[in-house]
Amino acid sequence: MVDPRLEVLGRRLSAVDEVIAVASGKGGVGKSVISTTIALALRGMGRRVGLLDLDLTGPSTHLILGVEGVRPVEDRGIIPPKLHGISYMSVIFFSMDQPVPLRGADISNAIIELMAITRWGDLDYLVVDMPPGIGDEVLDVVRLMGGSHFLLVSTPSPLAIETVGKLLSLLLELKVPILGVVENMVTRPTAGVKGRLEVLGVPYLGAIGYDPELDEALGDVERLMGTRFARDVERLAEEVERRLNKINPEHERMK
Amino acid sequence: MHEWSLAEGVVSAASRVAEEEGLEEITEIVVMVGELQQVDREALLFALDQLRTPIMGRARFTIEPIPAKMRCRVCGGEWSFRREALSGDEAEAVHFLPEMAHVYIKCPRCGSPDFEVSEGRGVWLASVRGVRRVG
Repeated sequence: MVDPRLEVLGRRLSAVDEVIAVASGKGGVGKSVISTTIALALRGMGRRVGLLDLDLTGPSTHLILGVEGVRPVEDRGIIPPKLHGISYMSVIFFSMDQPVPLRGADISNAIIELMAITRWGDLDYLVVDMPPGIGDEVLDVVRLMGGSHFLLVSTPSPLAIETVGKLLSLLLELKVPILGVVENMVTRPTAGVKGRLEVLGVPYLGAIGYDPELDEALGDVERLMGTRFARDVERLAEEVERRLNKINPEHERMK
Repeated sequence: MHEWSLAEGVVSAASRVAEEEGLEEITEIVVMVGELQQVDREALLFALDQLRTPIMGRARFTIEPIPAKMRCRVCGGEWSFRREALSGDEAEAVHFLPEMAHVYIKCPRCGSPDFEVSEGRGVWLASVRGVRRVG
């Protein structure tokens, strides 16, 4: 017995240059806002960008983008709608904003289905917003989206650093490509994250300052991209592209 | 899952099986389709026919539907999937993403969404028949 869904997955991502999985291990560190804003920042740099919300039980990127009244188009699968120039896919198009109570195996199946039906087309970057934890979603991205680069988010909190450290150890053990760790919600310089990364030999991608005006800007993309937070994420986007170009110089020529 | 995505997967998987088994011609492909997927049989057959590769020249596509059954993890209640219990939008959501059943279907006995689809979830390439290459 062969599962035909798995046959389609690779083909769906065949025209996607780079997959950037934004993960943390810890909840509440700003993964979704960073995923969404980095997708918008890369789009602002003229790149072709997709954003996939893989937080099936707690999606939130649609709230940040202000998604309303759009639906994917059915055409030999599903074509993600374009929002602010970004191809966007989330479980909310199917759950109609109701709670999605899923257990592990169901989450894995839903990810496979979602990836098998979504036709992204040509993209420079597909940004994947990962849920917190080291569960099915992380393991499935590693298993099904080989070559994805992980961008990890921490905060200066020792609790976040500890959890991110565990995810890092796992990814390093699995030999998964890691872009590095960005430190979010920084109010004053601290050495916690940097110190931990030095030990592990993982790049520190910089700090994103705590921006008290960020919450007010969620749902309004123009306002969001005008925040201090967005300035910091734009710098992060440039840094991420620099690093990816270094890893694969061919992509630089194509852009 | 969408019929076209499914057909693409079936054709690709069958081609791989034929290659591995040294078939020079495929004569029949059997696909088992869980009822929860609500796959339109005609649409799937049409898509399979359109995507047919040379090695599948005159191959027959057989689709075997498997009725969907659910078992509640909380009270142990069992029931069968009823398409007509869902609205049009809900049925379409479950068609594309069968796990959305946990959003729109509850145990008829205790009301819990914590159930397992014990039968009739998923799509499987059950068999590929053909003629082996000689030598």
